[in-house]
Amino acid sequence: MRPGRALWIGVLLAPALATMLLFVVWPLLGAFADAFYSFRGLAPDRFAGLTNFQDVLFAEPWRSTALQALRHNLVVFATLLVAQNGLAFLIAFALLHALPLHRLHRVIVFLPVLLSAVIVGALWKLLLHPLFGAVNAALALLGIEGRPWLGDAQTALGSIMLANGWHWAGFPALLFLAAMQRIPREVFEAARMDGAGAFMILRQIVWPLVAQATTIIFTLTFIGSFNWFELPYLMAGLAGSPGGATDVLGLFFYRTAFGSVSSGLQDFGHGSALAVLMFVFLAASSAVALRFLRRREIEI
Amino acid sequence: MHSSRLTGWALQAFLLLNAIFMLAPLLVMALSAFKTNAELFAAPIAWPEQFSLDNLRLIWRETNFPRYMLNSLEVTAAAMAILLVFATMASYALARYRFRGRDLLGLLFLAGLMVPLKLAVIPLFVQLNWLGLIDSRLGLVLIYVAMGLPSAIFILTGFLRGLPHELEESARMEGASELRVMWSVMLPLARPAMVIAGIQNAVPIWNDFFFPLVFITSDRLKTLPQGLSVFMGEYNTDWGVLFAGLTLSALPLIALYVVLSRQFIAGLTSGALK
Repeated sequence: MRPGRALWIGVLLAPALATMLLFVVWPLLGAFADAFYSFRGLAPDRFAGLTNFQDVLFAEPWRSTALQALRHNLVVFATLLVAQNGLAFLIAFALLHALPLHRLHRVIVFLPVLLSAVIVGALWKLLLHPLFGAVNAALALLGIEGRPWLGDAQTALGSIMLANGWHWAGFPALLFLAAMQRIPREVFEAARMDGAGAFMILRQIVWPLVAQATTIIFTLTFIGSFNWFELPYLMAGLAGSPGGATDVLGLFFYRTAFGSVSSGLQDFGHGSALAVLMFVFLAASSAVALRFLRRREIEI
Repeated sequence: MHSSRLTGWALQAFLLLNAIFMLAPLLVMALSAFKTNAELFAAPIAWPEQFSLDNLRLIWRETNFPRYMLNSLEVTAAAMAILLVFATMASYALARYRFRGRDLLGLLFLAGLMVPLKLAVIPLFVQLNWLGLIDSRLGLVLIYVAMGLPSAIFILTGFLRGLPHELEESARMEGASELRVMWSVMLPLARPAMVIAGIQNAVPIWNDFFFPLVFITSDRLKTLPQGLSVFMGEYNTDWGVLFAGLTLSALPLIALYVVLSRQFIAGLTSGALK
């Protein structure tokens, strides 16, 4: 290759590469390194070995908080996986039929996806207000007694998941729809000739043939559920009120790293240990899940 | 796909119910923006008695809301400009030239798609602090560029790779420089991919709450989502103003979406599809 050409390629690549190294690769390596130090303020103080990890996993008060948060993340993941994506799958199947207004429905379904989590969180917090919220007012019209949805430990996490479903369902719906539209028409026609009903077609044809989209949606739901931060932060606060009923790992990590409202103390060592554990957990589980899910995929 | 009439009715009913679920909260939000507190507390779901503009006027005149919006606009525009230039340059090199280490570099950029950068926020904080970029819009812009590069490079490289070689070769035969070939021959063809990559990154950057929350402390530098969350605390008893603030914040993207819904849907879902 001529030296001029090599220089030209270098010039093209340098800015992107430098940005990635400086703001992604280096911080990521840094996160791993920081986890092994105890911090004084913003600077690493002394090498702490595995102490940070041991503390976060086995010492109180970290241990029980971490376990409770992890449990909530698992609940959130399982619920969103089934309820949010199930709704999305049905929406996609309905949109596939090219019924009257289907273009408008497609636009409507995707509308909330554009909004920032702050708008969604704040709006739903107002809608779910026990006295003046629209949700309880609407329920009263139907003769159902309302509740303090976000104030009650029984319903708080579920209410935030409802807001999340409203915000995001359109995204997996349109991924499913794109996958369904790639299924050849003849397949549906042949099935109908054989007398298959809508449910049979859904189960026996659509579901197995959109496996590729399912893999992607599963992975996105998994990563999203374990990085969940904005909505619980905005709707339930940094402590996951009431009484930790909505605490998740994202909130716990943020409180540990940057200090809670009451303490205001930064603890970058323990925070980094948590971040590393979450990162390793996410990477390892997605790798395993991907291997498993890829096997079900069928090329169309 | 065709279906029996009964199935068709059932599915249409389901879609209508879903549309109500999706739109009702936004309708309540928009209508409440024109109501007084007394009206809101008396009847949360009702048509406004008179469309009062007081809430909107108060926000525009007496709060930092316009400032927040301008900050978001500046940060998003700057990040998008830098991101698209850097990503296009790198993608062009990866897609149109053969050189040693190309596949490895491609993989490095691709791996960035998998990294949740939120988890590296502590070292990012230390690093920005060292660079003097805490509480600065430039710091935010740089993080957004880094965050967006993998997906933008993924989309642009895929597209640029598919362009035919003949145009490029004939321009070279006529003695055009590599820069000239890229700028005048190839890049004009890549515009659709740039729009997709642009929308895909502009929306999350415009909406981001997490990084400003960590890195920006001065009120005059806050972005719209972050400013909005402050504002929700300050006016927490003045519901009319709160709803008006939410409506105003949602308006720019919704207006754009109504005009460009096809591009928005394609842009935002394309990163997840092959």
